[in-house]
Amino acid sequence: MGRIVLVTGVSRYLGGQIARILAKDPSIDQVIGVDVIPPKVKLSQMQFVRADIRNPVIAKVLGEAGVDTVVHMGVIATPRQAGGRATMKEINVIGTMQLLAACQRTPSVKALVVKSSASVYGSGPKDPAMFTEEMQPRHTPRSGWAKDSVEVEGFVRGFARRRPDVAVTTLRFANIIGPGIDTAMTTYFSLPVIPTVLGFDARLQFIHEDDGLEFIKRAVLGSYAGTFNVAGSGILMLSQAIRRTGHKRVSLPEFLFMPVGRSISSAGLIDFTTEQVRYLTFGRVLDTSLAQTTFGHTPMYSTPQAFASFLARREVSVA
Amino acid sequence: MPNAKIIPIHGDDPIVPRLVADLEPDVMARLMEFWEFVQRRLAGDYSVDDFGFDPEFNDKVLMALVRPLYKSWFRVEASGLENVPDQTGALVVANHSGVIAFDAVMTQLALLDEHPAHRHLRMLGSDLVFQSPFLGEIARKAGHTLACHPDAERLLGDGEIVGVWPEGYKGIGKPFAERYKLQRFGRGGFVAAALRTKTPIIPTAIVGAEETYPMIANATVVARLLGLPYFPITPTFPLLGPLGLIPLPSKWFIHFGEPIHTDQFPENAADDPMLVFDLTDQVREQIQQTLYRLLMQRTSVFG
Repeated sequence: MGRIVLVTGVSRYLGGQIARILAKDPSIDQVIGVDVIPPKVKLSQMQFVRADIRNPVIAKVLGEAGVDTVVHMGVIATPRQAGGRATMKEINVIGTMQLLAACQRTPSVKALVVKSSASVYGSGPKDPAMFTEEMQPRHTPRSGWAKDSVEVEGFVRGFARRRPDVAVTTLRFANIIGPGIDTAMTTYFSLPVIPTVLGFDARLQFIHEDDGLEFIKRAVLGSYAGTFNVAGSGILMLSQAIRRTGHKRVSLPEFLFMPVGRSISSAGLIDFTTEQVRYLTFGRVLDTSLAQTTFGHTPMYSTPQAFASFLARREVSVA
Repeated sequence: MPNAKIIPIHGDDPIVPRLVADLEPDVMARLMEFWEFVQRRLAGDYSVDDFGFDPEFNDKVLMALVRPLYKSWFRVEASGLENVPDQTGALVVANHSGVIAFDAVMTQLALLDEHPAHRHLRMLGSDLVFQSPFLGEIARKAGHTLACHPDAERLLGDGEIVGVWPEGYKGIGKPFAERYKLQRFGRGGFVAAALRTKTPIIPTAIVGAEETYPMIANATVVARLLGLPYFPITPTFPLLGPLGLIPLPSKWFIHFGEPIHTDQFPENAADDPMLVFDLTDQVREQIQQTLYRLLMQRTSVFG
């Protein structure tokens, strides 16, 4: 008997990509994609269910299809994608709660893969140079996506306790970057003049989208329970990354950075949340040795290479 | 103007060829090299390690800035460099003094310039350093990181030379009257890190730093207002304003002492508080004795 995989958030880039990759895999019988809006690109070999994970209907979908693996890609990073912070929080937090409640009720579910974020570690001056999975944040995130991710991981841990028979894999990704994906980070590095916080230079880490998808795929196919940091090797300093874009950099004192950032953000250009600004001030680096040894896979792109791949797309689109 | 002189633009003029001759080939090569360096830096084409250490920027820019201070101002004499390993990790533990942590920077430069293997000293600093604008940024680029167990053990495990100043702010912010008296040595966290990674501890004594800024009083109210651990009053600061920031040109000695090996202890030695305290005391005692010995040998503060 083949496997039946349900993927949430398929109408966004990564969700759609992973659904396509899984649908091609011979060991998987059926892929069911779920999202509130229909996907922009036609997803072949896949069944699309237009459903809101905030709604108990999701339980019916899980039960009727006999889903054995749930891939939760439905955590939204920026308010712009959701249409406001309130909706974003609801999709992230209430959506995850409903989805996990449905999973708990469905006996056929045997594996859960959650795309989480390294932002759960927060960022600040008291951080160790590199975070390992068991470390607690020294500066607990208090807003935005980072806080949502912390709550989502909390629900996932609760679910893992209540359903010990389900293999739960939580992947904490560094900023995903590459030729196809659009995130707050890619928008930030596409600004003609890039604002930074005066007197600080953050250590940044990226993971290429192909590597990110590879880890999710391996998590689905191999079922490795646990929490893993996923990032490309090496780091880039913020100043160094900006130099590589060839754009201008303007350094603003901390007290000016937030108001200026917000005014750009209200113009719809970019999401400047407190957590994002803290990340651009202090940065964050993950120790990824656990994921590499467990999954037996080293990301193909290092952090500088992933960034170069993102820059290459931009040059093509300009030309 | 019928009598106007004709000035030849080329030919006999001896100045131009002489300039070109002077430039070639050595200076030209160095200029080109410098130009390439600037170009590469501006393009972001260099690599930093996971801690944010930028070896090229550190060696070619930061250390070049402080080198005159090391050579001409403090005339640092480093000894015992043979006690610092060439390849493997070690923990350099030294006394801290002199209001501004020049002693740490001079120790870093001593190991880079005078050690045969040109070792980089990776220091552990307080969170105050990393939360201050500019200071935190430069500290990261120079290879330093936050004083915490995971970072210390990671660096030592990677075979780096790690520097700690266990007296912390108690050391650099102490009054002049207490010079060369070692303050309390924290909780001995550095000893535990050395035990866990089985790396030797190198007790290091620095003489001369105490006299750079003789601190006669501590303006605690001002310090509290500015959120600083202390606010120094020296004979020249804040009396002479920015001029008071110029350190006195005392003569310095840095001695890297006999290493204390930690590999003969059992596996869980770091979890034995008694052993950790004993070792901490041994390190402290060895630094204090070396300080007295160096002070006895010293003929004059500014010699």
